Amino acid sequence: MEISGSTAFITGGSRGLGAALGQELAGRGARVVLLARGGEALAAIVDRIRSTGGEAYGVVGDLGSLDEAHRMIGESAALAGAPEILVHAASTLGRTPLVPLVDTAPAELERVLRVNLLGPFGLTLAVAGSMLVRRRGLVLAISSDAAVMPYQRWGAYGVSKAALDHLVRIWAAELEGSGVRFLSLDPGEMDTEMHAAAMPEADRAALRPPAEVAARIASIVTAAESVPSGSRLEVARWGRAA
Amino acid sequence: MTAADWPREDPALHRLLWIDAASGRLEDKEVPDIVRLVRAGDLLVVNDAATLPASLAGTTDAGEPVELRLAGACSDGERWMAVLFGRGDWRQRTEARPAPPVITSGARLVFAPTFAAEVVCVSHTTPRLVEVRFQPSGAGFWHALYRHGRPVQYSYLRGPLRLAHAQTGYATRPWAVEPPSAGRPLSLALIRRLLAIGVEIAAVTHAAGLSSTGDPALDESLPLPERFEIPPETARAVAATRARNGRVVAVGTSVVRALEASAERHGHVVAETGVAEIRLGPGFQPRTVDGLLTGVHEPGTTHHALLRAFLDEDLLARASRHAEERGYLIHEFGDSWLLLAA
Repeated sequence: MEISGSTAFITGGSRGLGAALGQELAGRGARVVLLARGGEALAAIVDRIRSTGGEAYGVVGDLGSLDEAHRMIGESAALAGAPEILVHAASTLGRTPLVPLVDTAPAELERVLRVNLLGPFGLTLAVAGSMLVRRRGLVLAISSDAAVMPYQRWGAYGVSKAALDHLVRIWAAELEGSGVRFLSLDPGEMDTEMHAAAMPEADRAALRPPAEVAARIASIVTAAESVPSGSRLEVARWGRAA
Repeated sequence: MTAADWPREDPALHRLLWIDAASGRLEDKEVPDIVRLVRAGDLLVVNDAATLPASLAGTTDAGEPVELRLAGACSDGERWMAVLFGRGDWRQRTEARPAPPVITSGARLVFAPTFAAEVVCVSHTTPRLVEVRFQPSGAGFWHALYRHGRPVQYSYLRGPLRLAHAQTGYATRPWAVEPPSAGRPLSLALIRRLLAIGVEIAAVTHAAGLSSTGDPALDESLPLPERFEIPPETARAVAATRARNGRVVAVGTSVVRALEASAERHGHVVAETGVAEIRLGPGFQPRTVDGLLTGVHEPGTTHHALLRAFLDEDLLARASRHAEERGYLIHEFGDSWLLLAA
């Protein structure tokens, strides 16, 4: 999919990979709307993108409900038009330090599922129809190897990401051939606040900068038509950073 | 006729009256039967406007309650046409609402501590029709509108609508102040089935406006001029459909308005952003639209009068009687009519 001239909505846009993707796609000529809860951090990212000549907007909200999804999509579309690209980069680990599933309160699991699974579900519902009618669209879900490997203490997060991966596969099957494509992207371990919260003892020098991962994801977007819809890709194994 | 008082739980129960203008035949069907009534080479054109929460409850500087319903954005994008209502809300019948307080140019309406509007001018037609400028503007306006606004709705509904209720399945840009509801029955699964049989789908964006204000003089002048946009791929699809003798089926009267406004101005549908001031009704000859999927409306409404552009008086009267006798539900969550010659 051509990035230049596209409109992209990116959740989790105020920091980490979401912010880096906003910068990368805007740098390649996309009109970018960053959706996040944090007003100040969001405003700072939007300003930074604009100062480098990119077109960016920030929309604040909490993706807890379908109503909120429609509100945020409505605001985003009012500012930037209908999206060709939707990136689900918002996610929560749940409470940190991470605890085993047996010590995870049901309410905590519910909260993680609401942000990491139901939020993306509702947002996708709110834009998939518009993409279908225009016969083009790309929905990217940021995954994790915690969705595949049974890492202890990563239960709530891992379960939510495994379910999100499966949403991607089923959406892809249901909309096969329609021009609306879905991909799961495992970004690998990145030097972000989220990673630091989960593994404070990690050697940060060994972690990938989000900007580098964002550049690789941008090249995936450009080549999206050549990848089967519903695929799960490990970003680190994909091509080279531009 | 009875209004549907809430969005349907099971969209498959949605009824469809097929009206064949050529033969005069009326047949009771259900919405999924659309796949048998259209054919490969036909084009369905939908209105992809999202419905914005156009109703704002507020007060004048003197503390009098008002409701402001947005009617449409002005071309400068900064000001809005809007209709003032007095005390009360959607639970009262529009005609029964008391008049709003007298508002003059320069007056301020406050909706929230940080969200207000200045009345820029008051219409000569009626003091209820005003032009306003909001504070904040731009992105701040949209954020405030989505926080404080509610979808426009009417007293026949059983409860307050949620924003999700007021959208079609494919809505995006918030241009419509009332739902372009003809497209509500088109689930994504149904759209997929239509595409699979070779029916094409294209979209226009049309700022579907207010349908009723309770003020006879103002209602007479509805619809107000409404913004529309026809993208290049839709203009191409319409031309290609006509070239292969396919039928152009408008999903909703807002689509008819946009396509026919363009065709009237240019001789055929072109890619453009414009304002539709076209009046559809008896005597209007559609240039480009061959069929119409629409909701069910009662005689005496503007929606109903518009259908005379597609059906003669006799057939329209017969269809209305038939719909009433068979218990078709009216208004935005009601049943549908498909006006399409076999």
